[in-house]
Amino acid sequence: MSDKRVVVTGLGVFSPIGNTVSEAWENAVAGNSGIVRLSMIDPEPFTSQVAGQVKDFDPVELLGPRNARRNDRYTQLAMAAAEQAWADSGLSEASVDPERVGVIIGSGVGGMDTFEKQHNIAMNRGPGRISSLFVPMMISNMAAGQVAIDLNAKGPNFATVTACASSSHAIASSVDAIRLGRAEVMVTGGSEAPLTMMSVGGFCSMKALCTTFNDQPWKASRPFDRDRSGFVIAEGACIIVLEELSHAEARGAHIFAEISGIGMSCDAHHITAPAPGGEGCARAIRMAMDDAGMAVSDIDYVNAHGTSTQLNDINETDAIKVALGNHAKKIMVSSTKSTHGHMLGATGAMEIMLTSLALKNGLVPPTSTLENPGEGCDLDYVPKTAREADIQCALSSSLGFGGHNVCIALRKYKGDS
Amino acid sequence: MSLENRITDIIVSRLNVKKEEVTNSASLKDDLGADSLDMVDLMMDLEDTFNLKISDEDGNKLQTVGSVVEFLKGKGIEA
Repeated sequence: MSDKRVVVTGLGVFSPIGNTVSEAWENAVAGNSGIVRLSMIDPEPFTSQVAGQVKDFDPVELLGPRNARRNDRYTQLAMAAAEQAWADSGLSEASVDPERVGVIIGSGVGGMDTFEKQHNIAMNRGPGRISSLFVPMMISNMAAGQVAIDLNAKGPNFATVTACASSSHAIASSVDAIRLGRAEVMVTGGSEAPLTMMSVGGFCSMKALCTTFNDQPWKASRPFDRDRSGFVIAEGACIIVLEELSHAEARGAHIFAEISGIGMSCDAHHITAPAPGGEGCARAIRMAMDDAGMAVSDIDYVNAHGTSTQLNDINETDAIKVALGNHAKKIMVSSTKSTHGHMLGATGAMEIMLTSLALKNGLVPPTSTLENPGEGCDLDYVPKTAREADIQCALSSSLGFGGHNVCIALRKYKGDS
Repeated sequence: MSLENRITDIIVSRLNVKKEEVTNSASLKDDLGADSLDMVDLMMDLEDTFNLKISDEDGNKLQTVGSVVEFLKGKGIEA
């Protein structure tokens, strides 16, 4: 195993709970919901009419009219978040060789809005009227390609597409790239813009979305709660700059946390239902801890995938118990999806960002909407109120349709280590 | 609206350039920043607006704003 260590040195976000890192952190900690009545599209035809929407996002102002016109919303969000994260890192071509900077950005559904609009044109006017920009705007790897153009990042570059685990896989692959010496710096994370007819309608047809709180959107995403009825679909992007530790320390970078272990597994069980007992997720958790050199007793906090679906939350609770044994009852577990909803392919990065900040700030964000824990949901989910705690070791899990499981182990950064 | 003004409007909206940049001698690629993808969509815009078909062969010859004006005039389009 490589002796290279990987740290977080830059963060950027456009999300339902804020378009800056500080705003998103403050809202996650305060338990302020970003879930609203769906307005990006007409909500009436859908069984679920609530969503997490990015507010006040003006791509023309942020990116210029040409970039705004030539990129799908999911790429626009990634570009804006990457610009923030890069500025936050303080990196420039003077401090890192562009060929040593890579970009890996995940997305679950990519340019769905572009797909739908151009499909309509093709159906109404024939395939000869499909825009030449259709393919580059729609493909799920264009966020990674476009961000590389913006930052002149000439190192390893690709996209990860594993549904709701996409951005956690992006981060895991970026950690690998730095450990293997393929890059010094990785710009990574995820982006998603799924508030379109086909994505919202598709998830509704799966009975995956919350349908019981259409009149009270702020209550709709309620992980581990008795009255949970599905996840709340959300859009947004979160981009994280990862850097090799000695490189970061040599330039005096500010360091949010260390990413010290990664675990990846597959249920190999069913296309959408998790394996009974959280077996696959538990293996990913153990693998991440082993990779990080963390013992069960080291773990202070688990930032759960916690989607607010019946199946996920009980299976993930079981997985944490299988992985951590009796220690599971002694730690804090929370799902910040209670405030920002399920940002699909961007959600893992969002949660890893919040976990980094929890370690740095000694404050654990709550499961803000949890009122009555559901049957079998018997861990300490940090209900309603954030908790001050000097946590040292944390885990963040992401699980995707397809049976994909990723767990990232993070450690508090101490300057003298 | 004159033919020139209608073409200018199409180019401004497709390429996100300023109106005053769209002069007769301006090159669509070199001066106005169009790439090969923009050129395809620009030809579609012209076809839709003026209700005609532009072959690939003809399209490849349309390198300046002036050449677009002349081409359309040659097709009998005056305004």
